[in-house]
Amino acid sequence: MNDQKATSLREPLFHLTKRASISSAVAWLIRLAAVIIGLAVSGLIAFLLIEKLRLNPKEGIAKFYRCFYEGIWTEGKPFWENRSIWKFLKDTAMLLCIALAVTPAFKMKFWNTGAEGQTLMGILGAITVAVWLVPQARNASMSVPYWTLQLLMFGAAVLASTVWALIPAIFKAVWNTNETLFTLMMNYVAMNLVNMMLFIWRPKDFTLPSMNFDKLSFQFENLKSFVNNYLVIVLAVLALTFILFIYLKYTKHGYEISVVGESVRTAQYSGISVKKVIIRTMIVSGILCGVAGFLFASGLNKTIKPDDVGGNGFTAILVSWLAKFNPFGMIVTSALITVLNLGSAEISSDFDVSSAFPNVLVGIILFFVIGCEFFINYKIVFRKRSNRVKGASIK
Amino acid sequence: MKKLVALVLSLMLVMSCTSVFAEETADLSGIKLGVILLHDEDSTYDLNFINGVNEAKAALGLTDEQVIMVRNIPESNDCYEAALDLVDEGCNIIFANSFGHESFMIEAAKEVPEVNFCHATGTRAHTEGLENYHNAFAAIYEGRYLAGIAAGMKLNEMKAAGKIKGDHPVMGYVGAFTYAEVISGYTSFYLGAKSVCEDVTMKVQFTGSWYDEKEEKSAAEALINAGCDLISQHADSMGAPTACENAGVPNVSYNGSTVASCPNTFIVSSRINWAPYFEYIVNQVAKNEAIATDWTGTIATGSVVLTDVNVPAAAAGTVEAIEAAKAAFVNGEVKVFDTAKEGFMLLGGAPITSYIADVDDLGDYVPETEVVFDGFFHESEFRSAPYFDLQLDGIELLNSMF
Repeated sequence: MNDQKATSLREPLFHLTKRASISSAVAWLIRLAAVIIGLAVSGLIAFLLIEKLRLNPKEGIAKFYRCFYEGIWTEGKPFWENRSIWKFLKDTAMLLCIALAVTPAFKMKFWNTGAEGQTLMGILGAITVAVWLVPQARNASMSVPYWTLQLLMFGAAVLASTVWALIPAIFKAVWNTNETLFTLMMNYVAMNLVNMMLFIWRPKDFTLPSMNFDKLSFQFENLKSFVNNYLVIVLAVLALTFILFIYLKYTKHGYEISVVGESVRTAQYSGISVKKVIIRTMIVSGILCGVAGFLFASGLNKTIKPDDVGGNGFTAILVSWLAKFNPFGMIVTSALITVLNLGSAEISSDFDVSSAFPNVLVGIILFFVIGCEFFINYKIVFRKRSNRVKGASIK
Repeated sequence: MKKLVALVLSLMLVMSCTSVFAEETADLSGIKLGVILLHDEDSTYDLNFINGVNEAKAALGLTDEQVIMVRNIPESNDCYEAALDLVDEGCNIIFANSFGHESFMIEAAKEVPEVNFCHATGTRAHTEGLENYHNAFAAIYEGRYLAGIAAGMKLNEMKAAGKIKGDHPVMGYVGAFTYAEVISGYTSFYLGAKSVCEDVTMKVQFTGSWYDEKEEKSAAEALINAGCDLISQHADSMGAPTACENAGVPNVSYNGSTVASCPNTFIVSSRINWAPYFEYIVNQVAKNEAIATDWTGTIATGSVVLTDVNVPAAAAGTVEAIEAAKAAFVNGEVKVFDTAKEGFMLLGGAPITSYIADVDDLGDYVPETEVVFDGFFHESEFRSAPYFDLQLDGIELLNSMF
């Protein structure tokens, strides 16, 4: 009897304690370890699922991991003509741009899940201007000067995105509605709005609809055309990253955002108008989404479909959160996610497996990456040997 | 009998293929084919292309390294990037399968003039004037006409047995969108049925989506309730065939046989076989010869095919009638859109003597080409993608969707 009681009093094998602080070097080391473990596990799963890999394991596994490198770099091509690296840089920049947009709101704990729709509205704004001003017939010449058109498209994109971000912000500020659900639902409203506009713009009855604005795109004559648009996009987003970093860290607005994020009450007592901060911050989000929308519309797609943002609006939340809302950290996290996306797409085509497979791989790796945040916040304390001796001595 | 027909058919196919393609055995070792797909195997539309690629790959003896397929490429800048990525992987022929890929394929073709870009269902190759950009489609309206004959014979049988719901036979048709591709399809199906069953009429219901199982099923059910005796469809899901099997109404399918899930109602299905086109482009590039700007596959090239007739469900003699009609097509005796034929008239009763279609598709939607002459409508001749978009007498559109 006594004996049993002594056992139950014994400390468990391990327990968790919240870390008081952790050096950022250790935190990044843990994250790096998580990525490596994730890659190892995804390799194992691929090995089990892909027959081609099993038949020739040694070469197959090497090829599997090489895909992550080949996804972003084509061997034997100089940097300025290497399309893979430019696609990687552009994809990273687009994801980063939307992640920048959600960050200020997240810092004040306004959970904006509507970046997808806000960006889509930006595209819609820009394309609407193009529909009005660019002749649809491919053999007609454009009557509006090129830069005027770009400027108008930019303005319309920013305006449309801002309005879309502002609606839930006002509802939150005035009636305290739930912003997570509100912004989420606004995504679907935006998608159907695009469908409606496509219906309105459809060409004459009984012909296939096609909308093409081939003449649009940023032009730099001395660069290869593929790099043309992408360089502009990368530079623009890089500039935005610096601006947002300064805005959040060194301006009064940025300070107010973090105070509201820490505690609404504290903000109120110190004379900060929370309503004003919410609305102003969502305008910032909207403007940034508008920039992303403009880049999609004018730089890349030159047309619109309801799924043009392609889930980037949701992935951006992860990018921002993983980087602890630090704009420079977000460069790393968005690059990581882009590497995973491009690498796993490369695996899908190299091994000729279903397109669902890349999602599985990315999912596995992200599981470890997100899971590791737990180990950054908490410490595992194992039972010490001496405790066990002590427990034994009670007997 | 069925086996014999199948044997003769397959022999004919083999012979026609060998006679077209095997004259010269080109060296294929330098070929690398890249294929851009909108979705993956889950979509019957894309599956049809994947099967075509694999069939051509086997027939030509290409290795795994010589064929790259990339799936789930949306109709956006992603298509342009995917095409250029395939160029970087060493492909010398790049093919894309969805209509919205076209402008991005053209951009890529302009950037890499030394690589051939081929695009299914597109309309702009003949006006862009690029030597390395090509469109392709198949005269699927011929296949639909044949399937229509099977439908008409079934209706005749039902009429003789007193199983027709109204005073004359009525067919129902579930279409995706009110586009020329769909209009050309249901009209040829109707004309095929009418060629054997004089008094048939048709109702058409559009769903507004190429793949929406629920919508397609309810559209078929609505048509059945509206008194249709037989259903056909131009959409990619199992919605309409399932509704027909549940209601015991005969169904003429598209894109492949549905006999496994609809044994009592499936009659026959038409589909485009893309393998001959893939073989053609690979051989042309291997021989260093030009690929046709607009390539239209036909019954004769083996591009338009019918599945096996489901004999228990079809009317007696269907197999023979289809064979006879097929031979007439190959000889050029029969035209689908035969404007000179009695009873071929527009909604309202006017005959068709002239029609100016928007064939050039410069985005202006201004028609410019006369397509009715020599007594028939010249579908898929001025470009490979369909442009027949007239409303004929006897066909009632219940709605329209764009």
